[in-house]
Amino acid sequence: MTEVLYENPDVLNQDPWQLPLEDLNPAQPELFAHDRYGDYFARLREQAPVHYCRDSAFGPYWSITKYLDIKYVNTHNELFSSEPNIVLQDQAEDFKLPMFIAMDPPKHDQQRKEVAAVAGPRNLAALEPTIRGRVCQILDSLPVGEQFDWVDRVSIELTTQMLATLFDFPFDERRKLTRWSDVATAAPMPGGIVESVEQRQSELRECLERFTQLWNERVNAAPGNDLVSMLAHGESTKNMHPMEYLGNLVLLIVGGNDTTRNSISGGVLALNQNPEQYRKLREQPELIPNMVSEMIRWQTPLAYMRRRVLEDTEVGGQTLRAGEKVAMWYVSGNRDPDMFDDPDAFRIDRPNARKHIAFGFGIHRCMGNRVAEMQLRVLWEEILKRFHTVEVVGEPVRVPSSFVKGYLKLPVVLHPV
Amino acid sequence: MAKVTFITHDGAEHVVEAEFTSVMNAAIDNLVPGIDADCGGECSCATCHVYVDPQWMEAVGPPGEREEEMLDLNPEREANSRLSCQIAITDALDGLTVRVPEFQM
Ligand code: HEM
Ligand code: FES
Repeated sequence: MTEVLYENPDVLNQDPWQLPLEDLNPAQPELFAHDRYGDYFARLREQAPVHYCRDSAFGPYWSITKYLDIKYVNTHNELFSSEPNIVLQDQAEDFKLPMFIAMDPPKHDQQRKEVAAVAGPRNLAALEPTIRGRVCQILDSLPVGEQFDWVDRVSIELTTQMLATLFDFPFDERRKLTRWSDVATAAPMPGGIVESVEQRQSELRECLERFTQLWNERVNAAPGNDLVSMLAHGESTKNMHPMEYLGNLVLLIVGGNDTTRNSISGGVLALNQNPEQYRKLREQPELIPNMVSEMIRWQTPLAYMRRRVLEDTEVGGQTLRAGEKVAMWYVSGNRDPDMFDDPDAFRIDRPNARKHIAFGFGIHRCMGNRVAEMQLRVLWEEILKRFHTVEVVGEPVRVPSSFVKGYLKLPVVLHPV
Repeated sequence: MAKVTFITHDGAEHVVEAEFTSVMNAAIDNLVPGIDADCGGECSCATCHVYVDPQWMEAVGPPGEREEEMLDLNPEREANSRLSCQIAITDALDGLTVRVPEFQM
């Protein structure tokens, strides 16, 4: 799912309203690292809602930027394929990770069905007390009144513990999951998370080896409720090729990691930028479930998903040709004024917050949506019991990627109730 | 006007009257709990799942092709599962009873 970085500082000096429309290219990491993508999408929604970018680091591609058009593309998988990949960049031929997020029916449906129950609400209700216990432990270990990094101490720690629980992964090795998730989505570059393609591949092989050990332990045991056991015993997954096993692991690790992590960080930032909403939350904690949806809408942790046109077809009056790449920009659909009133505002009681498109729609709709919502709900219930404010005390550092939309650092100070 | 009864997971019965709409909208408009309907009725989220009373299965009919695709991904799907946004309320469904599952996916 990698996305390569192309450093181009000039990008930040350009005014998206002045550039020739056909040169508008929102898929640039700098725009996301510096929180400057908003006007690109505002202009596209207004002037070219289905837009062809002739040239980019990923080659030419279409941008879909209106809520209803995105929903249309997302639900017509017979016209728009998720194969071979769901990011604009194509994968290196010699190291392909097959995963069901990037498969079409019928294979997608078979594989998804094998593991869907683990993230299903029934399993989650059983897991909630464990999760709550872990949330309490994390929150109780935090320093009060002194600065620390919320991303590292809370967002990463909580999502990693959750993943370790879902995989029944050895708890004291859990930070490996974070590392593998980072490696899987990282662009190899000097000074980056991985320095080279070789390093990335070798770390992912290590991931495969560790999970193969777990597989071997569990395949001979009675079927359990964790993901490894489900894959090892599932009818359509038990004979998976090792690379396919790795692909599905990476999917579940990345799917459940970056996304929830960045919603946890984004939520703190949103409440700090909107103190009147933070006040309302303290007065009406019953708004937490709706606020969770609004936080996910506001953050939109995955900016887009990519599709490939299967046959010539029309969207929004434009003709898309077979083989072309299409980016469904969720980050734009969630700011579409025709769908969300005053879309840039963060409102914890927004009536249609649940209608956000951050989980996608259709057969690929996020499998972990209830996991993510549960974690955020429990987290905020417990935060409110302990802290009057989680105060952001410095500029966040944002992820330089147009796919994973999130934070590397968020300095905060806690104020007790 | 048709009368539709929703039985929620706690056993409570919610009786609503509706016409010219879907079973999902009838539930949302009358604040029946347990139906999320995230996609607004376009058969693309599966969070309006209901179990149709077996006696009503024939009148309600089987799911359509796209609906089947969505239902099929739900591990809690039963033979009488339907997505309530895809059931249009008509006079023929006067008296319909559906059960709302404990959880929506
Ligand atoms: C706020 C948190 C999350 C967001 C915003 C999010 C977003 C998404 C999106 C946009 C898709 C793909 C839709 C498409 O291609 O049409 C997706 C798919 C998926 N997500 Fe999530 N996700 C989140 C949390 C999670 C968690 C916690 C897990 C795992 C426990 C997870 C597992 C998956 C899986 C397995 C898929 C593939 C589904 C398929 O192709 O059928 N996600 N997610
Ligand atoms: S409301 Fe989304 S499928 Fe029925």
